[in-house]
Amino acid sequence: MDLQIALLLGQDGITNGAIYALLSLALVLVFTVTRVIFIPQGEFVAFGALTLASLQTGVLPGTLWLLIGLGAVAGLIDTVFALRDRQLQRIPRILGINLALPLALAGLLANIPLSSLGLPIQVLLTLAVVVPLGPLIYRLVFQPIAEASVLVLLIVAVSVHVTLTGLGLFFFGAEGSRTPSFTDASFEIGDAMIQGQTLLVVAASLTLIVALYLFFERTLWGKALRATAMNRTGARLMGISATMAGKLSFSVAALIGAFSGILISPITTIYYDSGFLIGLKGFVGAIVGGLGSYPLAAAGAVMVGLLESYSSFWASAFKEVIVFTLIIPVLVWRSLTTRHTEEEE
Amino acid sequence: MSASPRLQLSPAWVKALPLIGIALLAVAPLLLPEFTVTLLNYIGLYAIVAMGLVLLTGVGGLTSFGQAAFVGLGAYTTATLTTTYGVSPWLTLLVGLALTALVALALGFITLRLSGHYLPLGTIAWGISLYYLFGNVEFLGGHTGISGIPTLGVFGFELHSGREFFYLIWLAVLGVVVLTRNLLDSRSGRAIRALKGGSLMAEAMGVNTPRAKIVIFTVAALYACLSGWLYAHLQRFVNPTPFSLTQGIEYLFMAVIGGVAHVWGALLGAGLITILKQWLQDWLPQLLGQSGNFEIIFFGLMMIFILHRSRDGLWPILLRFVPQAPAAQRVTTVGQPLARRPVVERGQELLSVREATKRFGGLVANNQMSLDVRAGEVVALIGPNGAGKSTLFNGISGVDPLTSGEITFRGERVERLPSREIARRGMSRTFQHVRLLSGMSVLDNVAIGAHLRGDRGYLPAALHLERDEEARLLTEAAYQIERCGLAEHLNDAAGSLPLGKQRIVEIARALAADPCLLLLDEPAAGLRYFEKQALAELLRRLRDEGIGVLLVEHDMDFVMGLADRVVVMEFGEKLAEGLPEDVQRNPAVLEAYLGGVE
Repeated sequence: MDLQIALLLGQDGITNGAIYALLSLALVLVFTVTRVIFIPQGEFVAFGALTLASLQTGVLPGTLWLLIGLGAVAGLIDTVFALRDRQLQRIPRILGINLALPLALAGLLANIPLSSLGLPIQVLLTLAVVVPLGPLIYRLVFQPIAEASVLVLLIVAVSVHVTLTGLGLFFFGAEGSRTPSFTDASFEIGDAMIQGQTLLVVAASLTLIVALYLFFERTLWGKALRATAMNRTGARLMGISATMAGKLSFSVAALIGAFSGILISPITTIYYDSGFLIGLKGFVGAIVGGLGSYPLAAAGAVMVGLLESYSSFWASAFKEVIVFTLIIPVLVWRSLTTRHTEEEE
Repeated sequence: MSASPRLQLSPAWVKALPLIGIALLAVAPLLLPEFTVTLLNYIGLYAIVAMGLVLLTGVGGLTSFGQAAFVGLGAYTTATLTTTYGVSPWLTLLVGLALTALVALALGFITLRLSGHYLPLGTIAWGISLYYLFGNVEFLGGHTGISGIPTLGVFGFELHSGREFFYLIWLAVLGVVVLTRNLLDSRSGRAIRALKGGSLMAEAMGVNTPRAKIVIFTVAALYACLSGWLYAHLQRFVNPTPFSLTQGIEYLFMAVIGGVAHVWGALLGAGLITILKQWLQDWLPQLLGQSGNFEIIFFGLMMIFILHRSRDGLWPILLRFVPQAPAAQRVTTVGQPLARRPVVERGQELLSVREATKRFGGLVANNQMSLDVRAGEVVALIGPNGAGKSTLFNGISGVDPLTSGEITFRGERVERLPSREIARRGMSRTFQHVRLLSGMSVLDNVAIGAHLRGDRGYLPAALHLERDEEARLLTEAAYQIERCGLAEHLNDAAGSLPLGKQRIVEIARALAADPCLLLLDEPAAGLRYFEKQALAELLRRLRDEGIGVLLVEHDMDFVMGLADRVVVMEFGEKLAEGLPEDVQRNPAVLEAYLGGVE
């Protein structure tokens, strides 16, 4: 391996690592706020990439029907609850958000020339379809069992993962998709060629990380999420609704997931089930940070990206084996440094 | 009387049921078509794996998504060794089991020290790694796999067809069922079942909980390995696909849908999922107009529904429609009394706490607390709410160790020992917030207290070679329950009792350990007047037997009428100490309790 290849691999590793870092942040967020180990994170990556690909070919994406379906079920359930509690004034809002908005989006998508729209518009439409799936899944699946043990929530998360993967196959078929590059620009620095797409991914990831930082530090909603993560009961006593916090964290996770998918799909072909492994690599990063520390999680994720990239050069068949075996030394290290604490379920 | 009268199965029928089941299994391959026999073979193979998950998830409160990888380990071990090296399949079973045990012990050792969710995450990673390893290693056949695996020979008889193999598979299923049921119905089984109530109580009763967790994880892995070995010799061909993470997830689905807390739930789940899958794979592609593994959508939704509506799965629901035999009396044979600890001479010092300090971050919950308890006396620890009494109890019993200070128990420094080691030395406690396993009978709950008075381990338990010791433990538990006045509730679920009685169950459990020092945290809370009198009477009798009692209590009539000495705490410090009548007149104590007197 010469320097040029090393730099190229490093570039690949950092690009992927930046995406894993985003995902690891979302996983830490969801886990600290809701105690859900968000295995379906990867499905949002695949849905983001494949929805964009559908729009670019001018086809209405299957995720749109999922959005309408989940919205209808959530709207129905919330309406029944509102009727039972005799809070009729809530019904227009419930139906508006859960039924009217998705249908309006579908109407919009069906009546505009999808494939000839500019990329930024296509990205926005993709996010409009995929991101609301996050809070809807929280509402339907996790909110009713918000007080269950981490173990039960994990098993449910895995169930959601397999359901969404199956739906992904149904919506998008077994064929993979690759979206065109956002930019064809490339720069030469010394001997190394730097792809514009790489810079874009890294810049977009950094921007998103800074945006998240500002969200958590400067906005009331961000502070509410942090409060819930630190102490659920305490936050509730301060008037922060656990349901709101759960939906918000799932929205952020869905946004990060879908956006990561959009970033990664010009680099690798995304299949309906590609998201899972990508999400799990974010997990390995998150575990480096003990599922609690944002900076450590991001650093761990970049390390995973680099390891993956260099191992694909030396032992490409064993790339996944190496990346997922990395979790073992990480766990050993955590196990030796963490003082054993009793958790109460 | 029950509103809907149900058929009652007579005990004779209950005894006959397993025999009928075995007879049906014996004739099944002779009567059923080939296709059904194959299906039943797979159900049996899956049920063995799911049984391990029942032990791990339903009973122990842990979980694994990597069971398919253990199945693969068993299958690939025998495939490689028999085809490449011509080793006898029966020998490869042992090699596979040994290899699996090694991996499970290593994985368990690494992850089980961390919080509960690291084990499942670790098993996901392990499942993926092994899957790719199977697919990429040359001598394991890569993605094409290994074919030409020899048939199994049993006493010179080769098992060629699925019909012949049926008997071996279902013999293995029965063996695993018997082993699992035996294990759960034993001293070790109670230790495993106590894991789900949080390790804190189990540790305080002397259970080595990390060991219990590693044992059940290993047992579950061994079951999976056995299933893989059978699979390889049934199929006579292996490739990586059946050992993927997806299959690992499906095994968990079988256990959860069937009923993760019940041995028979594993069988039900394996059967249901296998048959449903067959059926869905037939008509879902027609319905959706595409081919693919769409049944997973259905199973995922079914899981979510089950975990929302009936977390114990389908088996308990099924039981409701089946006539139930009345619960059998558990203590059937009376065992010899257990050996007792040598009695400590009355008046001799049992416990001495010196300058105990406990900090939680900046909060000092206990500051320089000192106290003593002697054999044959009742010492009451009183003080306003938040004074640090329960914290001190946790420090003394090792449940939540002190920041600094010395604790001497029967002449030995114990402040750095884990709670199970302190329990072993003769200190037993109850908890302010009752920690019973609400679904388990009072008898079983109390028997956990006697854990340290038995020593037969997991293997004798699985083979039921420890029935003599078990009878003695249960006899002791029953005696303590009777002594505490709860004989009528012996077989009731602990969670069905009123809170006051649950506290008494905790005392019986503590007594079953044959302690010389008893730590009681608010034993009289929630009791009625006569129950309190009975409790005071019991404690006096214990005192007369030479047991030392340290109790936290808010009921002053109860405390003052019973205690030999009283220690008063406020803001984590000792405010006063002395005879009950002196303490009651102490101005500082009056001020703490009643506010300042102008």
